[in-house]
Amino acid sequence: MPSSIYNCLSEIGERIIANKDYLTELDREIGDSDHGINMARGFKAVLEKVNPEEQDIGAALKKAGMTLLSTVGGASGPLYGTAYMESGKILSGKTELTAEDMKKIFEASIAGIQKRGKAIRGEKTMLDALIPASETYAKKLSEGSDMIQALEAACESAREGVEYTKTITATKGRASYLGERSIGHQDPGATSAMLTLEAILDYLKGK
Amino acid sequence: MKKLINQVDDIVSEMLDGMTAAYPQYVKRIEGFEILVRAKGPSPKVALVSGGGSGHEPSHGGYVGRGMLDGAVAGAVFTSPTPDQVYEAIKAVNGGKGVLLVIKNYTGDVMNFEMAADMARDEGIEVEQVIVADDVAVENSTWTTGRRGIAGTVLVHKIAGAATESGMNLADVKRVAEKVIANVRSMGMAVNACTVPAAGKPGFDLADDEIEIGIGIHGEPGTHREKISNVNDIADKLLAKIFAEGIYSSGDDVFW
Repeated sequence: MPSSIYNCLSEIGERIIANKDYLTELDREIGDSDHGINMARGFKAVLEKVNPEEQDIGAALKKAGMTLLSTVGGASGPLYGTAYMESGKILSGKTELTAEDMKKIFEASIAGIQKRGKAIRGEKTMLDALIPASETYAKKLSEGSDMIQALEAACESAREGVEYTKTITATKGRASYLGERSIGHQDPGATSAMLTLEAILDYLKGK
Repeated sequence: MKKLINQVDDIVSEMLDGMTAAYPQYVKRIEGFEILVRAKGPSPKVALVSGGGSGHEPSHGGYVGRGMLDGAVAGAVFTSPTPDQVYEAIKAVNGGKGVLLVIKNYTGDVMNFEMAADMARDEGIEVEQVIVADDVAVENSTWTTGRRGIAGTVLVHKIAGAATESGMNLADVKRVAEKVIANVRSMGMAVNACTVPAAGKPGFDLADDEIEIGIGIHGEPGTHREKISNVNDIADKLLAKIFAEGIYSSGDDVFW
């Protein structure tokens, strides 16, 4: 029987693959028309390469990260690859995910993405979905919410973050070449980050 | 757009096999990777590696050969190659004198090549990198991704490549490459949009009587669109932007 972490990765992968054309279309408007194609190729490989019976969450995430790194390409490959690998490092040997672990995953992913991509909040990147989501998640936990409640609120913040990307100018990544003409367009990377969080939430709610 | 291809997923691999089949005396492919290297293998000199997304042929595989590149890594169409691929290329061409990576300034390319350089350094291979950013259509800024690397990259391959053949060490080859980069500027223009095979439709819409000035090599938007005019006028406009950089002036010597 597939492990919990494999099922969660499946949920994420299927969500990304199902939104391949949507993500590519967003990228067509302000990038180079390949975000959905590259991410779908990467997650197809993740679902093939990660052992479905792998119980060790850290090991599964590291394998997923390495696979994304070697199959996605572009900027998304190193960024998502780093996020998964950094998350894998802190969960090495664990077979159960706690609410506190999820907070660490947010923080480690964001730190990894910032180190690799040298971006900050407000540059029209995936960080504009992830940072508000992470902050909301931590706040909700400190107020006594459980993992699912906190993640529901975090997804709402991620959606607001994606909306916010429509209002700002890109200063990192390929959309930065558009300058002010990038205003009005939704960032594809922030969108795929939001879809990832929503898939994790749906998995946790459904299991 | 009509394209003569088999399966979309196979085009990069088939292209590389095609190049090795056509020119076995010059290039060979590293088995299992999207990499072309010189047919004769590494030689005891500084090695030059470049690469990037496919779709810009003959860049970069077509520039593998004596006097230019030692290895070229081909990513998916318009997508940077991954770190493991670049790392294999570095290992394959290393002749013991170090490897210089010539990277075009795109977020993805820089990240993937830097990760590969880190991996190779961990193995004890001396690796340096230069980043080509010659596109004057993009405003230069330390706060943004900055200028794109475009056509000027070929001159970096050529001049740095000649430097490697002359027996220069890695630091000197890098210095030569950086001097080229400091002195090369390019400006693009498009009469229509390209179609990424996997996307199947043009990257943007351009009217029949319009051209886009300052366009990027992946169809990234340029500075503006205008009605098509005669080629002298267009060339004047593109050159005006390049000359406005102030690095060339009338009477300059083109030899250096």
